[in-house]
Amino acid sequence: MPQIGMKPNDPVPVLSVLNQDGALDETLEPDLSEDTLHRMYRTMLEARLFDERLLNLQRQGKLGTFAPVRGQEAAQVGSISALEEDDWMVPSFRENAAALWRGTPMDGLFLFIAGYNEGLAIPDGKKDLPVAVPVASQLPHAVGLAYAEKFRKTDNVAMVYFGDGATSEGDFHEALNFAGVMEVPVVFVCQNNQWAISVPRKKQTASHSIAQKAHAYGIQGIQVDGNDVLAVHAATRDAVERARNEHKPTLIECVTYRMEVHTTADDPTVYRDDEDVEAWEERDPIKRMRDYLTGKDIWSDDQEEELRDTVKKQIEEAWKKTQKTIEGLDDPTVIFDHMFDEPTHLIKEQRARFEQDLQSGRDADE
Amino acid sequence: MSDKRTMVDALNLALHEEMKRDDNAILLGEDVGVDGGIFRVSKGLIETFGEERIIDTPLAESGIVGTAIGMAMAGLRPIAEMQFSGFSYFAYHQIESHAARMRWRSRGRYHVPLVVRMPYGGGVRALEHHSESREVIYTHTPGLRTVIPSGPKNACQLLKAAIRDPDPVIFLEPKAVYRSVKEEVPEDLDPLPLDKAAHVREGDELTFVSYGAMLHRTLEAADRLQEEDGISCDVIDLLTLAPLDAATVVKSASQTGRVVVVTEAPQSYGPAAEIAARVAEDAFVKLEAPVGRVAGYDIHMPFFAREQSYLPSVDRITDTARYTLEF
Repeated sequence: MPQIGMKPNDPVPVLSVLNQDGALDETLEPDLSEDTLHRMYRTMLEARLFDERLLNLQRQGKLGTFAPVRGQEAAQVGSISALEEDDWMVPSFRENAAALWRGTPMDGLFLFIAGYNEGLAIPDGKKDLPVAVPVASQLPHAVGLAYAEKFRKTDNVAMVYFGDGATSEGDFHEALNFAGVMEVPVVFVCQNNQWAISVPRKKQTASHSIAQKAHAYGIQGIQVDGNDVLAVHAATRDAVERARNEHKPTLIECVTYRMEVHTTADDPTVYRDDEDVEAWEERDPIKRMRDYLTGKDIWSDDQEEELRDTVKKQIEEAWKKTQKTIEGLDDPTVIFDHMFDEPTHLIKEQRARFEQDLQSGRDADE
Repeated sequence: MSDKRTMVDALNLALHEEMKRDDNAILLGEDVGVDGGIFRVSKGLIETFGEERIIDTPLAESGIVGTAIGMAMAGLRPIAEMQFSGFSYFAYHQIESHAARMRWRSRGRYHVPLVVRMPYGGGVRALEHHSESREVIYTHTPGLRTVIPSGPKNACQLLKAAIRDPDPVIFLEPKAVYRSVKEEVPEDLDPLPLDKAAHVREGDELTFVSYGAMLHRTLEAADRLQEEDGISCDVIDLLTLAPLDAATVVKSASQTGRVVVVTEAPQSYGPAAEIAARVAEDAFVKLEAPVGRVAGYDIHMPFFAREQSYLPSVDRITDTARYTLEF
């Protein structure tokens, strides 16, 4: 049965609400409205279908390298749905599902993956950070953002995403340590998807769990079934409340699986067996949530079909919009923009030379 | 009451005045609070501004700068101290990958008004890792300003400017000058611009370009050339290394036709190379001699018993100037 409790070798609580066989522990079921549940499901499906379209366009050579989300939709949507708009979202580079929940437009995501800086422009007022590529380097930023909120005496929190590989980096240690010492309202969400490119979780750390690392920093840690959207949400809501009300940080380990390639430049057949991946297909987070909704009698096959059509149309519209946007991005001098508040005299000088080259027909090589 | 201050006291004054002026300014680093910093630059600040604004952090440079970047993105004005520049390499990743890039990456949505202060340079008989001059690591990183004061007064004014600047500033403090020079530093000085060199001495036969602690040896060499050879030297103090005020250097070079650059950084690919290239590009026809370089060697800073053998001496500076003058 699903349960919350301590495993013999594990000094941290382990949370499961809706297990892979569809068994629900009603005592732990978070109280979520039908609208919220529908929105969560929709975002998970958007992320799944968006991923599929991205892969398809990448294979056609129309998009660059990206990191698919497939398999991690519950870990992301379960956690991000516990945040308020005024809270900070600090992503790594595999958080399209969380980004979609936060309202990041699909055409912005397309534009980024098509290789344009403009795709990372965060809309004004949104407290989301742009994608951080160097693994774990974004964790200390969340601590600083949370410190600033505490300093201003708001009740806002910061939440930061990273993977199992990130827990080997010094910045993971430094960020958790600073957060513990400085008592800041931050939630660390580790998506343990079992793989850091080709290196399995057991080669990253000899710890029994990642969650237990929290104890070394004097903060709370919890391990959750990362494919169980209800468990992830319940654990994150608890952590967010603790951060908001008590300025206590939490490390949440969402145990999940990277069903796809690391990025589109990767070939997982070199390092992992199909059987492993197939075993995790059984635990598909989207199917599990759909069964839950159906079981509650708040979802039907017709609704499913309609939603899939709507989302597919939404994706195609966003791609069309992206292509149109790209047509308007033909001025290469923007590469000099946004280096400083005011460009330095050296950047002005180099930009002028670049413009002169353009005017005299000098072009960049292909 | 005299306003004569050392560079340490002048930096302390700048911190007091800026933290009073801007409630969002925060100082964080190792030993900066109760201890007042190991060089006493932040002495007395914790008593005035409290533990929320003067933060004794855990001992982790990447954590200090990474946390400060987050603070800065949320609208605070963090001033992060690296205890010695030799330990800043732990934080370089945060500086290069995020502080320098966040405005650019987010297309102006976020910016990082961060100052990273660090004592640097030789001449105080310190341990290994305490005496290097690695300013080009920072000057070569796009998106940063790199500032090096040479005396108490300009240290105070440049630090104020760095704290008020909306972008990241690497502020390298020549610790050989920390207590060796005293000058009038009154309260409420205005900040200096962060893209202008200072013309510290007028002359018409040779241009010296230097900054930081080496400026003082350069001035001694200029005195000696005046006394012994009757040569008058123009002396330029760069103050801000990035962006380099090439125009001021080139103008002087065009008038004197002779340039010597003095720096304690290792010679190859160092600041003197960039200055020599700018002079060659923009004042070539006015030059009477090749640009002279008096720099550190391409070796590690020796342990302190021999550190003076590494550092440019007044003799070496004078000899290079004479070679350039006689060319």
